[in-house]
Amino acid sequence: MKSLAQLKSEIEAAVTGARLEILPNPAVPAQSSLRVDPAQASAVARFLRDTPQLQFDFCSNVTGVDWPERTEKVKLKQVVDGAEQEIEETRSSLGFLEVVYHLYSVALKDGPLILRQRTVNRSDDCRVASLTPIWRSCEFQEREVFDLFGVQFTDHPDLRRILMWDGFVDHPMRKDYVEPDDYEYEPTPHDEVLERAQQHYPTQEAST
Amino acid sequence: MNLPAQRAASFQPRYTPNGTEQDGELLEISLGPQHPSTHGVFRMDATLDGEQVVKLKPVCGYLHRNHEKIAEGASYLAAMPYTDRLDYFCSLTSNWAYALTVEKLAGLAVPERAEYLRIITAELTRVQNHACVCGFLLQDMGALGTPLMYAFREREKVLDLFESLTGARMMCNYLRFGGCRNDAPAGWLDAVSQLVASFPQFLDEFEALLTTNEILLARTQGIGPLTPELAINAGLTGPLLRAAGVNYDLRKVDRYGFYDRFEFRIPLGDHGDVYDRYMIRVLEMRESLKILEQALKSIPTGPVMDPKAKLRGFRPKAGEAYGRLESPKGELGFYLISDGGPNPYRYRIRPPSFINLTLLEDMCLGRPLADVVVILGSIDIVMGEVDR
Repeated sequence: MKSLAQLKSEIEAAVTGARLEILPNPAVPAQSSLRVDPAQASAVARFLRDTPQLQFDFCSNVTGVDWPERTEKVKLKQVVDGAEQEIEETRSSLGFLEVVYHLYSVALKDGPLILRQRTVNRSDDCRVASLTPIWRSCEFQEREVFDLFGVQFTDHPDLRRILMWDGFVDHPMRKDYVEPDDYEYEPTPHDEVLERAQQHYPTQEAST
Repeated sequence: MNLPAQRAASFQPRYTPNGTEQDGELLEISLGPQHPSTHGVFRMDATLDGEQVVKLKPVCGYLHRNHEKIAEGASYLAAMPYTDRLDYFCSLTSNWAYALTVEKLAGLAVPERAEYLRIITAELTRVQNHACVCGFLLQDMGALGTPLMYAFREREKVLDLFESLTGARMMCNYLRFGGCRNDAPAGWLDAVSQLVASFPQFLDEFEALLTTNEILLARTQGIGPLTPELAINAGLTGPLLRAAGVNYDLRKVDRYGFYDRFEFRIPLGDHGDVYDRYMIRVLEMRESLKILEQALKSIPTGPVMDPKAKLRGFRPKAGEAYGRLESPKGELGFYLISDGGPNPYRYRIRPPSFINLTLLEDMCLGRPLADVVVILGSIDIVMGEVDR
């Protein structure tokens, strides 16, 4: 397979407006990935599938990754009034959701090529481009990412929940998902069970 | 008062409007989740026009327990027993796929004897899975009992071997990162050799009963055909893809383990219909027996665990890895992201039988309802893996 840098320049030459970024993978360098903008994702994917030298005809795996907001304290050395001082600075990075595609070529027995798309944030703008029109294998897997992570795929033909039921509201694979308390009714609660019963049925406890 | 006679007199029959394409009404049928032919708790919302299927939507998730989330909250090793519960027919290949990915992530080596044991257990798994799938397929067609019970009789012999090696018939939990949990007990390899030697006899008997059986031919030939292009595009893998004539077996393509040391052939179909899928599985069993014979002859002695492998306090450095292998159902992949901590930051399974369901509707459209059951049986799904 061509190196990612070669592939990147080829794609950028062929697809107008495409800007790609190589994300290195320190553990398995051969599995570094290409980050593509959602706006050009579908054109880039079509190029990868239809170019005779590449022929990535098989999209094996589609999955989501949740990267929540992070704040970290960084110690900086700064020269203030001629004397060096250590200043603590908090840097926060915006959270986002990421969708990862593992592509292989069955015709050329090649791969994997890893594509990534990122959403703007995790709350009100979670859109990325659906690649189902290019690879049918994304259909159920993108539905699963929508279901469990809450990523909105534009142009997906049938975007519904697939593993959770239709009335479910949250997205359980997100890192900040809070599980519902699975309190089981007991006729004679005591000790910590009583405490949990009071949390679970606060109004009922107040009335008795 | 609404007397029957009055009611009959006031009855206004309803007719469908003239000039529509359909003469009658469409009938919606919910097949499952409790239905013997759905292989677990799986539901299909089918819409029928007379006998023909015009729409069919698979509904899954009844067995969903968010295995991925559980594994992200546990250490790397603690997820190993959960992988048994994915495809409970083939726990040893699920173990191997996970171990393979973690070894890729952490850069661990595996001793030669352990690789041989992995191949032997994986091929035994494939043999018993394929035998049972063929039995289940016949069960779905109404051949109640005989073929499935013949297959189960042979499967039981394989499960006895698994029990004496790992301590469990189905939930084996046998592999570790960097090797296998324990070496084979004395006499185990001889017992496998005996089973391998006697298995072709069962296959001959099984084929004599079924392969040219008139009912099997009538119910499977030309049913649910797939073109190679569509099969690749929809991500189908395993016997389904090869029945459509695509030469793509990860044992040959990725050459994981020591599969390049053995001689075996990849059977390919040329119609992509249900009959080809049945035939591919029978032929793959024969090829697996060849691999087993060669592996049993050449298995070396030595340790089964890499001495540098750490079971406790295992923390791979930050990064990610995607590993995959050819499980009996298709391409089983694991995708792990490590942030350097004791548990994976992201743990994802690429379930072959879930993705193989993508084309279920396409295969069933225009077919009578009775064929839906046969087509579903030929896909070979296990709900533990579909729903995770």
